[in-house]
Amino acid sequence: MSNLKELTKGILKENPIFVQFLGMCATLAVSTSVINGLGMGLSTMVVLVASNIIISLLRNFIPNKVRIAAYIIVIAGCVTAVEMALKAFLPEISKSLGIFIPLIVVNCIILGRAEAFASKNGVVKSALDGIGMGLGFTLALCILGTIREILGNGTFLGIELFGAGFQPATIMILPPGAFIVLGCVLAVINIISAKKERGEKQ
Amino acid sequence: MKLLAELVLLSLTTILANNYVLVKFLGICPFLGVSKKVGTAVGMSVAVTFVMTVASVVTYFVQILLDAAGIGYMQTVAFILVIAVLVQLVEMAIQKFSPSLYGALGIYLPLITTNCAVLGVALLNVQEGFDFVHTLVYSFSAGLSFMLAIVLFAGVRERLETADIPKYLQGFPIALVTAGLLALAFLGFSGMKF
Repeated sequence: MSNLKELTKGILKENPIFVQFLGMCATLAVSTSVINGLGMGLSTMVVLVASNIIISLLRNFIPNKVRIAAYIIVIAGCVTAVEMALKAFLPEISKSLGIFIPLIVVNCIILGRAEAFASKNGVVKSALDGIGMGLGFTLALCILGTIREILGNGTFLGIELFGAGFQPATIMILPPGAFIVLGCVLAVINIISAKKERGEKQ
Repeated sequence: MKLLAELVLLSLTTILANNYVLVKFLGICPFLGVSKKVGTAVGMSVAVTFVMTVASVVTYFVQILLDAAGIGYMQTVAFILVIAVLVQLVEMAIQKFSPSLYGALGIYLPLITTNCAVLGVALLNVQEGFDFVHTLVYSFSAGLSFMLAIVLFAGVRERLETADIPKYLQGFPIALVTAGLLALAFLGFSGMKF
Protein backbone atom coordinates (compact mmCIF):
# COMPACT_ATOMS: atom_id res chain seq x y z
CA MET A 1 0.00 0.00 0.00
CA SER A 2 2.65 2.50 1.00
CA ASN A 3 4.66 1.53 -2.08
CA LEU A 4 1.70 2.40 -4.28
CA LYS A 5 1.51 5.76 -2.53
CA GLU A 6 5.16 6.49 -3.38
CA LEU A 7 4.29 5.85 -7.01
CA THR A 8 1.12 7.92 -7.25
CA LYS A 9 2.02 10.93 -5.12
CA GLY A 10 4.25 12.42 -7.83
CA ILE A 11 1.54 12.34 -10.46
CA LEU A 12 -0.98 14.72 -8.95
CA LYS A 13 -0.56 15.50 -5.26
CA GLU A 14 3.12 16.44 -5.42
CA ASN A 15 3.35 17.10 -9.15
CA PRO A 16 6.84 18.51 -9.72
CA ILE A 17 5.75 21.30 -12.06
CA PHE A 18 2.23 22.28 -11.00
CA VAL A 19 2.72 21.95 -7.25
CA GLN A 20 6.45 22.13 -6.50
CA PHE A 21 7.44 24.52 -9.34
CA LEU A 22 10.63 22.58 -10.11
CA GLY A 23 12.33 22.18 -13.46
CA MET A 24 10.83 25.27 -15.04
CA CYS A 25 13.48 25.83 -17.73
CA ALA A 26 12.92 22.55 -19.50
CA THR A 27 9.17 22.82 -19.01
CA LEU A 28 8.85 26.18 -20.70
CA ALA A 29 11.34 25.49 -23.45
CA VAL A 30 10.28 22.09 -24.78
CA SER A 31 6.50 22.20 -24.38
CA THR A 32 6.01 23.57 -27.90
CA SER A 33 4.43 20.30 -29.06
CA VAL A 34 3.12 17.09 -27.52
CA ILE A 35 5.85 14.94 -28.99
CA ASN A 36 8.63 17.17 -27.65
CA GLY A 37 7.03 17.19 -24.21
CA LEU A 38 6.71 13.42 -24.26
CA GLY A 39 10.35 12.95 -25.33
CA MET A 40 11.66 15.31 -22.68
CA GLY A 41 9.40 13.88 -19.98
CA LEU A 42 10.42 10.30 -20.65
CA SER A 43 14.15 11.10 -20.88
CA THR A 44 13.94 12.93 -17.57
CA MET A 45 12.07 9.99 -16.07
CA VAL A 46 14.75 7.51 -17.14
CA VAL A 47 17.47 9.69 -15.60
CA LEU A 48 15.40 10.20 -12.47
CA VAL A 49 14.77 6.49 -11.92
CA ALA A 50 18.40 5.53 -12.65
CA SER A 51 19.88 8.23 -10.41
CA ASN A 52 17.39 7.50 -7.62
CA ILE A 53 18.32 3.78 -7.68
CA ILE A 54 22.09 4.42 -7.73
CA ILE A 55 21.97 7.08 -5.01
CA SER A 56 19.73 4.93 -2.87
CA LEU A 57 22.19 2.02 -3.20
CA LEU A 58 25.11 4.28 -2.32
CA ARG A 59 23.37 6.23 0.42
CA ASN A 60 25.36 4.57 3.21
CA PHE A 61 28.73 5.06 1.50
CA ILE A 62 28.57 8.71 0.45
CA PRO A 63 30.03 11.00 3.13
CA ASN A 64 27.55 13.65 4.17
CA LYS A 65 29.84 16.59 3.40
CA VAL A 66 30.39 15.83 -0.28
CA ARG A 67 26.97 14.36 -0.96
CA ILE A 68 25.74 17.06 -3.34
CA ALA A 69 28.87 16.77 -5.49
CA ALA A 70 28.53 12.97 -5.48
CA TYR A 71 24.86 13.20 -6.50
CA ILE A 72 25.67 15.58 -9.35
CA ILE A 73 28.31 13.21 -10.73
CA VAL A 74 25.89 10.25 -10.60
CA ILE A 75 23.22 12.34 -12.33
CA ALA A 76 25.65 13.65 -14.96
CA GLY A 77 26.71 10.08 -15.74
CA CYS A 78 23.09 8.98 -16.24
CA VAL A 79 22.35 12.02 -18.40
CA THR A 80 25.36 11.36 -20.62
CA ALA A 81 24.17 7.78 -21.17
CA VAL A 82 20.64 8.94 -22.06
CA GLU A 83 22.02 11.64 -24.35
CA MET A 84 24.11 9.13 -26.30
CA ALA A 85 21.23 6.65 -26.52
CA LEU A 86 18.87 9.34 -27.87
CA LYS A 87 21.43 10.45 -30.43
CA ALA A 88 21.80 6.87 -31.63
CA PHE A 89 18.18 5.69 -31.65
CA LEU A 90 15.97 8.80 -31.87
CA PRO A 91 18.09 11.40 -33.68
CA GLU A 92 15.09 13.58 -34.56
CA ILE A 93 13.93 13.99 -30.96
CA SER A 94 17.51 14.54 -29.91
CA LYS A 95 17.82 17.34 -32.46
CA SER A 96 14.59 19.11 -31.51
CA LEU A 97 15.34 18.97 -27.78
CA GLY A 98 18.93 20.08 -28.43
CA ILE A 99 20.78 21.58 -25.51
CA PHE A 100 18.01 20.71 -23.06
CA ILE A 101 19.04 17.06 -23.00
CA PRO A 102 22.45 17.69 -21.37
CA LEU A 103 20.76 20.32 -19.23
CA ILE A 104 18.73 17.59 -17.50
CA VAL A 105 21.79 17.51 -15.20
CA VAL A 106 20.79 20.81 -13.64
CA ASN A 107 17.06 20.04 -13.56
CA CYS A 108 16.13 20.74 -9.94
CA ILE A 109 13.63 17.85 -9.86
CA ILE A 110 16.39 15.25 -10.07
CA LEU A 111 18.74 16.72 -7.49
CA GLY A 112 15.71 17.53 -5.35
CA ARG A 113 14.49 13.93 -5.30
CA ALA A 114 18.02 12.63 -4.69
CA GLU A 115 18.43 14.88 -1.67
CA ALA A 116 14.89 14.68 -0.31
CA PHE A 117 14.01 11.04 -1.02
CA ALA A 118 16.60 8.65 -2.45
CA SER A 119 19.24 9.48 0.17
CA LYS A 120 16.86 8.40 2.93
CA ASN A 121 14.87 5.50 1.48
CA GLY A 122 15.37 1.98 0.15
CA VAL A 123 15.94 1.00 -3.48
CA VAL A 124 12.40 -0.13 -4.34
CA LYS A 125 10.75 2.94 -2.83
CA SER A 126 13.26 5.25 -4.52
CA ALA A 127 12.66 3.63 -7.90
CA LEU A 128 8.88 3.98 -7.48
CA ASP A 129 9.31 7.58 -6.38
CA GLY A 130 11.38 8.23 -9.51
CA ILE A 131 8.75 6.66 -11.77
CA GLY A 132 5.95 8.63 -10.10
CA MET A 133 7.74 11.97 -10.26
CA GLY A 134 8.79 11.23 -13.85
CA LEU A 135 5.20 10.46 -14.83
CA GLY A 136 3.98 13.64 -13.14
CA PHE A 137 6.58 15.66 -15.03
CA THR A 138 5.67 13.97 -18.32
CA LEU A 139 1.95 14.54 -17.70
CA ALA A 140 2.47 18.23 -17.02
CA LEU A 141 4.67 18.63 -20.11
CA CYS A 142 2.06 16.84 -22.26
CA ILE A 143 -0.77 19.06 -20.97
CA LEU A 144 1.22 22.20 -21.78
CA GLY A 145 2.37 20.73 -25.08
CA THR A 146 -1.21 19.87 -26.07
CA ILE A 147 -2.54 23.35 -25.33
CA ARG A 148 0.33 25.09 -27.09
CA GLU A 149 0.32 22.80 -30.12
CA ILE A 150 -3.45 23.04 -30.67
CA LEU A 151 -3.61 26.82 -30.23
CA GLY A 152 -0.32 27.69 -31.88
CA ASN A 153 -0.21 25.20 -34.71
CA GLY A 154 -3.72 23.80 -35.05
CA THR A 155 -2.41 20.24 -34.76
CA PHE A 156 -2.26 17.43 -32.20
CA LEU A 157 0.69 15.04 -32.51
CA GLY A 158 1.19 16.48 -36.00
CA ILE A 159 -2.40 15.69 -37.14
CA GLU A 160 -4.33 18.63 -38.60
CA LEU A 161 -7.35 19.31 -36.37
CA PHE A 162 -9.12 22.19 -38.03
CA GLY A 163 -10.05 23.11 -41.59
CA ALA A 164 -8.04 25.41 -43.80
CA GLY A 165 -9.92 28.41 -42.41
CA PHE A 166 -8.22 28.10 -39.00
CA GLN A 167 -5.64 30.77 -38.24
CA PRO A 168 -3.24 29.40 -35.62
CA ALA A 169 -2.08 31.84 -32.94
CA THR A 170 1.63 31.47 -33.60
CA ILE A 171 2.42 33.38 -30.42
CA MET A 172 1.53 30.23 -28.44
CA ILE A 173 4.49 28.25 -29.74
CA LEU A 174 6.82 31.24 -29.37
CA PRO A 175 8.48 31.98 -25.99
CA PRO A 176 5.81 34.39 -24.61
CA GLY A 177 3.13 31.72 -25.12
CA ALA A 178 5.01 29.35 -22.83
CA PHE A 179 4.89 31.75 -19.89
CA ILE A 180 1.29 32.79 -20.47
CA VAL A 181 -0.06 29.23 -20.92
CA LEU A 182 1.73 27.97 -17.80
CA GLY A 183 0.45 30.98 -15.80
CA CYS A 184 -3.12 30.33 -16.91
CA VAL A 185 -2.90 26.58 -16.24
CA LEU A 186 -1.62 27.29 -12.70
CA ALA A 187 -4.51 29.71 -12.13
CA VAL A 188 -7.01 27.06 -13.29
CA ILE A 189 -5.40 24.54 -10.92
CA ASN A 190 -5.74 27.08 -8.08
CA ILE A 191 -9.46 27.43 -8.84
CA ILE A 192 -9.98 23.65 -8.95
CA SER A 193 -8.14 22.99 -5.69
CA ALA A 194 -9.96 25.87 -3.96
CA LYS A 195 -13.31 24.41 -5.08
CA LYS A 196 -12.27 20.98 -3.84
CA GLU A 197 -11.31 22.40 -0.45
CA ARG A 198 -14.62 24.18 -0.14
CA GLY A 199 -16.42 20.95 -1.06
CA GLU A 200 -14.54 19.05 1.63
CA LYS A 201 -15.36 21.62 4.29
CA GLN A 202 -19.11 21.43 3.70
CA MET B 1 38.17 46.45 -36.97
CA LYS B 2 36.06 43.79 -38.61
CA LEU B 3 36.50 41.50 -35.62
CA LEU B 4 35.44 44.27 -33.26
CA ALA B 5 32.25 44.95 -35.19
CA GLU B 6 31.50 41.25 -35.24
CA LEU B 7 31.95 40.98 -31.49
CA VAL B 8 29.70 43.97 -30.81
CA LEU B 9 27.01 42.44 -33.01
CA LEU B 10 27.37 39.05 -31.28
CA SER B 11 27.01 40.75 -27.93
CA LEU B 12 23.92 42.75 -28.94
CA THR B 13 22.23 39.72 -30.48
CA THR B 14 22.83 37.70 -27.33
CA ILE B 15 21.51 40.40 -25.01
CA LEU B 16 18.44 41.48 -26.97
CA ALA B 17 17.32 39.16 -29.77
CA ASN B 18 18.40 35.90 -28.15
CA ASN B 19 17.89 36.90 -24.52
CA TYR B 20 18.96 33.98 -22.38
CA VAL B 21 16.02 34.03 -20.02
CA LEU B 22 13.11 35.31 -22.07
CA VAL B 23 13.86 33.74 -25.45
CA LYS B 24 16.07 30.74 -24.73
CA PHE B 25 14.51 29.75 -21.39
CA LEU B 26 17.80 29.27 -19.56
CA GLY B 27 18.04 30.24 -15.91
CA ILE B 28 14.30 30.41 -15.27
CA CYS B 29 14.57 29.16 -11.67
CA PRO B 30 16.56 32.12 -10.30
CA PHE B 31 14.62 34.39 -12.66
CA LEU B 32 11.40 33.48 -10.86
CA GLY B 33 12.95 32.84 -7.44
CA VAL B 34 15.25 35.82 -6.84
CA SER B 35 13.26 38.56 -8.56
CA LYS B 36 11.13 39.91 -5.72
CA LYS B 37 13.43 42.90 -5.05
CA VAL B 38 15.60 44.87 -7.48
CA GLY B 39 18.53 44.90 -5.04
CA THR B 40 18.90 41.14 -4.68
CA ALA B 41 18.25 40.72 -8.39
CA VAL B 42 21.25 42.95 -9.18
CA GLY B 43 23.50 41.11 -6.68
CA MET B 44 22.47 37.73 -8.00
CA SER B 45 22.98 38.64 -11.64
CA VAL B 46 26.43 40.12 -10.96
CA ALA B 47 27.48 36.85 -9.30
CA VAL B 48 25.97 34.81 -12.15
CA THR B 49 27.68 36.92 -14.81
CA PHE B 50 31.02 36.49 -13.08
CA VAL B 51 30.67 32.72 -12.68
CA MET B 52 29.41 32.39 -16.24
CA THR B 53 32.37 34.23 -17.75
CA VAL B 54 35.01 32.43 -15.69
CA ALA B 55 33.32 29.04 -16.17
CA SER B 56 33.23 29.50 -19.94
CA VAL B 57 36.92 30.41 -20.06
CA VAL B 58 37.87 27.37 -17.94
CA THR B 59 35.58 24.97 -19.81
CA TYR B 60 37.06 26.23 -23.09
CA PHE B 61 40.41 24.79 -22.04
CA VAL B 62 38.81 21.71 -20.45
CA GLN B 63 37.19 20.92 -23.79
CA ILE B 64 40.58 21.14 -25.54
CA LEU B 65 41.98 18.70 -22.96
CA LEU B 66 39.00 16.34 -23.36
CA ASP B 67 39.32 16.39 -27.14
CA ALA B 68 43.04 15.71 -26.90
CA ALA B 69 42.31 12.71 -24.69
CA GLY B 70 39.57 11.55 -27.10
CA ILE B 71 36.81 11.61 -24.48
CA GLY B 72 34.73 14.53 -25.78
CA TYR B 73 31.55 12.75 -24.66
CA MET B 74 32.48 13.32 -21.02
CA GLN B 75 31.72 17.01 -21.62
CA THR B 76 28.65 17.28 -19.41
CA VAL B 77 30.23 15.51 -16.44
CA ALA B 78 33.47 17.52 -16.67
CA PHE B 79 31.71 20.87 -17.12
CA ILE B 80 29.36 20.49 -14.18
CA LEU B 81 32.32 19.57 -11.98
CA VAL B 82 34.24 22.66 -13.10
CA ILE B 83 31.22 24.85 -12.42
CA ALA B 84 30.62 23.34 -8.97
CA VAL B 85 34.26 23.89 -7.98
CA LEU B 86 34.23 27.45 -9.34
CA VAL B 87 31.08 28.39 -7.45
CA GLN B 88 32.66 27.03 -4.28
CA LEU B 89 35.81 29.12 -4.91
CA VAL B 90 33.79 32.26 -5.65
CA GLU B 91 31.82 31.70 -2.49
CA MET B 92 34.99 31.40 -0.41
CA ALA B 93 36.55 34.46 -2.06
CA ILE B 94 33.50 36.64 -1.49
CA GLN B 95 33.25 35.45 2.11
CA LYS B 96 36.90 36.42 2.70
CA PHE B 97 37.09 39.74 0.89
CA SER B 98 33.56 41.14 1.17
CA PRO B 99 31.58 39.69 4.06
CA SER B 100 28.77 42.22 3.54
CA LEU B 101 28.13 41.10 -0.05
CA TYR B 102 28.35 37.49 1.13
CA GLY B 103 25.66 38.16 3.69
CA ALA B 104 23.42 39.81 1.10
CA LEU B 105 23.68 36.98 -1.41
CA GLY B 106 23.41 34.25 1.20
CA ILE B 107 21.90 31.05 -0.06
CA TYR B 108 21.74 32.23 -3.66
CA LEU B 109 25.46 31.70 -4.14
CA PRO B 110 25.61 27.88 -3.97
CA LEU B 111 22.45 27.77 -6.09
CA ILE B 112 24.39 29.16 -9.05
CA THR B 113 25.75 25.63 -9.58
CA THR B 114 22.32 24.43 -10.61
CA ASN B 115 21.58 27.50 -12.72
CA CYS B 116 21.11 25.96 -16.13
CA ALA B 117 22.20 29.16 -17.85
CA VAL B 118 25.78 28.63 -16.65
CA LEU B 119 26.06 25.07 -17.95
CA GLY B 120 24.07 26.11 -21.01
CA VAL B 121 26.55 28.82 -21.97
CA ALA B 122 29.49 26.46 -21.53
CA LEU B 123 27.85 23.82 -23.73
CA LEU B 124 26.69 26.31 -26.37
CA ASN B 125 30.21 27.75 -26.67
CA VAL B 126 31.48 24.33 -27.69
CA GLN B 127 28.49 23.62 -29.92
CA GLU B 128 28.93 26.89 -31.82
CA GLY B 129 32.63 26.25 -32.20
CA PHE B 130 33.63 29.67 -30.82
CA ASP B 131 37.30 30.59 -30.47
CA PHE B 132 38.66 32.05 -27.25
CA VAL B 133 37.72 35.71 -27.87
CA HIS B 134 34.21 34.84 -29.03
CA THR B 135 33.75 32.55 -26.02
CA LEU B 136 34.70 35.38 -23.69
CA VAL B 137 32.41 37.95 -25.32
CA TYR B 138 29.52 35.52 -25.75
CA SER B 139 29.47 34.32 -22.15
CA PHE B 140 29.83 37.84 -20.74
CA SER B 141 26.92 39.02 -22.91
CA ALA B 142 24.88 36.02 -21.80
CA GLY B 143 25.42 37.15 -18.22
CA LEU B 144 24.35 40.68 -19.13
CA SER B 145 21.22 39.37 -20.85
CA PHE B 146 20.35 37.48 -17.65
CA MET B 147 20.92 40.68 -15.69
CA LEU B 148 18.73 42.77 -18.01
CA ALA B 149 15.84 40.30 -17.85
CA ILE B 150 15.91 39.71 -14.09
CA VAL B 151 16.29 43.40 -13.16
CA LEU B 152 13.43 44.45 -15.46
CA PHE B 153 11.27 41.66 -14.09
CA ALA B 154 12.09 42.54 -10.47
CA GLY B 155 11.05 46.14 -11.16
CA VAL B 156 7.69 44.97 -12.47
CA ARG B 157 7.21 42.57 -9.57
CA GLU B 158 7.82 45.27 -6.97
CA ARG B 159 4.86 47.11 -8.46
CA LEU B 160 2.77 43.93 -8.60
CA GLU B 161 3.03 43.68 -4.80
CA THR B 162 0.63 46.57 -4.39
CA ALA B 163 -1.56 45.82 -7.40
CA ASP B 164 -5.08 44.46 -7.12
CA ILE B 165 -4.85 40.96 -8.57
CA PRO B 166 -7.65 38.37 -8.86
CA LYS B 167 -7.35 35.84 -6.04
CA TYR B 168 -6.52 32.80 -8.13
CA LEU B 169 -3.85 34.61 -10.14
CA GLN B 170 -1.91 35.83 -7.11
CA GLY B 171 1.71 34.79 -6.68
CA PHE B 172 3.18 32.47 -9.25
CA PRO B 173 0.54 32.58 -12.04
CA ILE B 174 0.61 36.38 -12.36
CA ALA B 175 4.41 36.35 -12.27
CA LEU B 176 4.44 33.93 -15.20
CA VAL B 177 1.94 35.96 -17.21
CA THR B 178 4.03 39.08 -16.52
CA ALA B 179 7.12 37.26 -17.73
CA GLY B 180 5.16 36.32 -20.83
CA LEU B 181 4.39 39.96 -21.59
CA LEU B 182 8.05 40.82 -21.01
CA ALA B 183 9.02 38.05 -23.43
CA LEU B 184 6.55 39.50 -25.91
CA ALA B 185 8.41 42.81 -25.75
CA PHE B 186 11.72 41.05 -26.38
CA LEU B 187 10.18 39.24 -29.34
CA GLY B 188 10.20 42.62 -31.04
CA PHE B 189 13.99 42.42 -31.20
CA SER B 190 13.95 39.13 -33.06
CA GLY B 191 13.78 40.97 -36.38
CA MET B 192 17.30 42.25 -35.78
CA LYS B 193 19.27 39.02 -36.18
CA PHE B 194 22.65 40.00 -37.48
